[in-house]
Amino acid sequence: MDLSAINPLILIASLMVAATPILLAALGELVVEKAGVLNLGVEGMMITGAICGFAVAVETQNPLLGFIGAAIGGALLSLLFGVLTQYLLSNQVATGLALTLFGLGLSAMIGQSYSGVTPPPTSKVDLGALADIPVIGRILLQHDLMVYFSLALVVAVWAFLKFTRAGLILRAVGESHDAAHALGYKVVRVRLLAIMFGGACAGLGGAYLSLIRVPQWTEGMTAGAGWIALAIVVFASWKPMRVLLGAYLFGGVTVLQLNLQAAGLDVPVQVLSMSPYLITILVLVIMSSGKGRASQNAPAALAKSFHASS
Amino acid sequence: MRITSLLTSAVLALGLAGAAFAQDKTKVGFIYVGPKNDGGWSQHHHESALKMAEHFGDEIEFVFQESVPEGADAERVMTQMALSGVDLIFTTSFGYMDPTINVAKKFPNVKFEHATGYKTAPNVATYSARFYEGRAVMGHLAGKMTKTNKIGYIASFPIPEVIRGINSTFIHAKKANPDVELSVVWVSTWFDPAKEADATQALLDQGVDVVLAHTDSTAPLAKLKDAGGLGFGQAADMAEYGPAPRISSIIDEWAPYYILRTQAVIDGTWETSMTWDGIEQGMVGIGAFSDVIPEDVRAEAQGMVDAIVAGTYHPFTGPLKKQDGSDWLAEGEVADDGTLAGMNFYVEGMTGTIPN
Repeated sequence: MDLSAINPLILIASLMVAATPILLAALGELVVEKAGVLNLGVEGMMITGAICGFAVAVETQNPLLGFIGAAIGGALLSLLFGVLTQYLLSNQVATGLALTLFGLGLSAMIGQSYSGVTPPPTSKVDLGALADIPVIGRILLQHDLMVYFSLALVVAVWAFLKFTRAGLILRAVGESHDAAHALGYKVVRVRLLAIMFGGACAGLGGAYLSLIRVPQWTEGMTAGAGWIALAIVVFASWKPMRVLLGAYLFGGVTVLQLNLQAAGLDVPVQVLSMSPYLITILVLVIMSSGKGRASQNAPAALAKSFHASS
Repeated sequence: MRITSLLTSAVLALGLAGAAFAQDKTKVGFIYVGPKNDGGWSQHHHESALKMAEHFGDEIEFVFQESVPEGADAERVMTQMALSGVDLIFTTSFGYMDPTINVAKKFPNVKFEHATGYKTAPNVATYSARFYEGRAVMGHLAGKMTKTNKIGYIASFPIPEVIRGINSTFIHAKKANPDVELSVVWVSTWFDPAKEADATQALLDQGVDVVLAHTDSTAPLAKLKDAGGLGFGQAADMAEYGPAPRISSIIDEWAPYYILRTQAVIDGTWETSMTWDGIEQGMVGIGAFSDVIPEDVRAEAQGMVDAIVAGTYHPFTGPLKKQDGSDWLAEGEVADDGTLAGMNFYVEGMTGTIPN
């Protein structure tokens, strides 16, 4: 097999683009689940973010405002989920699924007048001469702002959960909401904030699709990316760095298999098509198996409803 | 158990009652594989259906269901439509073939029209367009317009319709430019804008500068507009991406057929048939050639369109060999419809294998 037709530098650069939407959505969901809430509405929040960001960017001709709009749109939609599950104590699984259906419908409605419209281009970050550094320059220093933002967010979430007091409270709420409540922490408020953060991240991921990766608005354009993000959170055993690995692995194999085909290599297409799912799951499962604590890393209060009276 | 069976019979009774009430007005239903505003395949079926509905006005009732996955779900949607008294159901994707046949068996009085398939029954007709005629023209343009001598093709599923398009494109690109290479990327979906865009990017990364797509969204053109390169409208004109990257297009014109068949149901003259029309009958339209194409190339392409319409040129005319080097068509011989309808091989010169 001749692999020389594939330029690894370009491949790595484009896998970062392909992985960013899933990475953002998965990071948000990780924080939500760490707070003990299971929000299955990631797909719905992503697609809502995709159209909110697209609409704002087109109306203002400013992609940055578009991303802010996407985050707000995703957060607002997730707030709906938050109110239903935290105040009205509805079932989280059912509400999350409903949120996906609702988001798909809502985005289709908002997006009616936006099909066929071209969004304003998002400029790459200009790093001047740095971008011309061999290898590193091509891989790392010629991206748009959102790629760097998503990477910074991985570090921020990791540090927040590991080193800050607020992160400790969030984890406490996710592990045992009764204990956290007894200590005087506002369980519902913490969870609502986490849910909104998750919604905002999913919204950003969606907008990355509609503003940069495709770039256009099409109904149903997330096509299951939200579910991949959900799966990656579980397989990454709720660790931010592994979420990064999982998202880049998934994005990487997806791009690689398309490139292998484009380069005309004679590998069965069926094998290539399922490889992103297979490889990502395999690697992450192997990493979290064994006797370490990783395999039991799920927040203990995940998907359990909390009410102060119980 | 009793409650469920009661409910089932209640639903059935309701459905039958609906069927009885609806008999005075012909009800026509459509099932789309993608959203009705995907900008391509499904949208064009929907627009043609709307033209049909407008043509008949109050004479008929028009219903549709969008984003129906191929498989078990399709069968459920068709059954529901048939139960609700729809007289004529158009199922507009290749993957609906077996579901259509299955459901048609249960509802002998409902007429079904399946797009792009090859299985018929007394109450199932098929219809398709000779897209390969359009592909021949696009292939010629692609061969002439590429500067890197590499053209790319985003393919959905390895079905005869798609393989025909690839072969037709390749034959004519090669005629226009003997140095041309064609890279095929199979994305295993009709509609996934992100994947279609990624596939486009992968082709561009491999040095391709003209991309044809046999998927349903406008994502490949959106990506080309962003990253550079030329492409074509597919199923719909996609004129909003002209004059570049979209330099021409293959347009599906279903409306006349929908009107014809609905009229037949109203008149009670509907019979099963296998319709396969091309540019001549107007089922395949060729979108305007962009000014980006040099004058003489535009004239050549138009000449090919005219020859196909006049019947003096068939895109699959010998001498042609199969990919494995075996003979297929002798000098001057024209491919028969049977071989074309079941085409499962590449022509000589193509690289790669067809997934199965």
